[in-house]
Amino acid sequence: MTSIISDINKTFDHRIRLGIMSILMVNDAVDFNRLKELLEVTDGNLASHIKALEQSEYIDIKKQFIGKKPNTTYEATLLGKQTFAKHLAALEQLIKTSK
Amino acid sequence: MENEKYLAQLQEIQSMMQKSSKFLSLSGISGILAGTYALIGAGIVYSMRASFISPLRFNSSEFLTVTIIAVLVMVLSFVTGVIFSVRKARRKQEVVWNKVSKLFIMSFMVPLVTGGLFAIILVTKRDFGLVSPVTLLFYGIALVNASRYSFETLRNLGFIFIILGLINSLYIGYGLYFWMFGFGICHIFYGAYMYLKYDYKKQ
Repeated sequence: MTSIISDINKTFDHRIRLGIMSILMVNDAVDFNRLKELLEVTDGNLASHIKALEQSEYIDIKKQFIGKKPNTTYEATLLGKQTFAKHLAALEQLIKTSK
Repeated sequence: MENEKYLAQLQEIQSMMQKSSKFLSLSGISGILAGTYALIGAGIVYSMRASFISPLRFNSSEFLTVTIIAVLVMVLSFVTGVIFSVRKARRKQEVVWNKVSKLFIMSFMVPLVTGGLFAIILVTKRDFGLVSPVTLLFYGIALVNASRYSFETLRNLGFIFIILGLINSLYIGYGLYFWMFGFGICHIFYGAYMYLKYDYKKQ
């Protein structure tokens, strides 16, 4: 039981951070506006959660130019994907054992 | 208390993964209507031709009518599909035209347009017999291909069309029957199934 609890990650203990990671698990690269549209949050709110995930090195920020427009996309890092997969497995395990 | 939180997290993860990678605004009603148009179109062609197993003659007035009906059914089905998807997306307060719907359309249109062009080439070569199996086959492939960006069950409908297309290619000349069964009856049944499963309860 204790090992399961240790896989529950506090970083994901917020709807928006959880949402960002869920989206990046099934999409290669997603830009800011698409994240905003899916999560229905304000710019500032989303930016602060992105920053938190970036500092934990769970997501990568890729900056590039499409024509002359700068375009920023976000990707989950390998560490991010592994940590999130563990978190997800722990959640499922906890629900199962409680039934 | 803790458990409820974990369950809510799991549901949130699942919903975000789906919403961000699947185009789910397709409505069952468009399937039912597309099937109905196809049956009406086929009915007109059926009643028009005394013996429709006999080969069509290229550039005859009959040929022209059949072509016009086929194109009309296709355009109507497409427009219906778009209208009902926009309506469903609005009801769910989502944007219809986003990255996923573009991927869905692309993965659907590439096999479909390829098959359509191939069918036109067959017609110009007077090879009418293969037109029906070719359209069924490519439409099936388009559905299977696009299903990864939409409801997974769309793949099953695709397989039905592929099987129909293959059988039809063994029985050349009975294309209208296979079309009626595939584009008409399968669409109606599948649309009704989708409507009951995904739309009806949520209204």
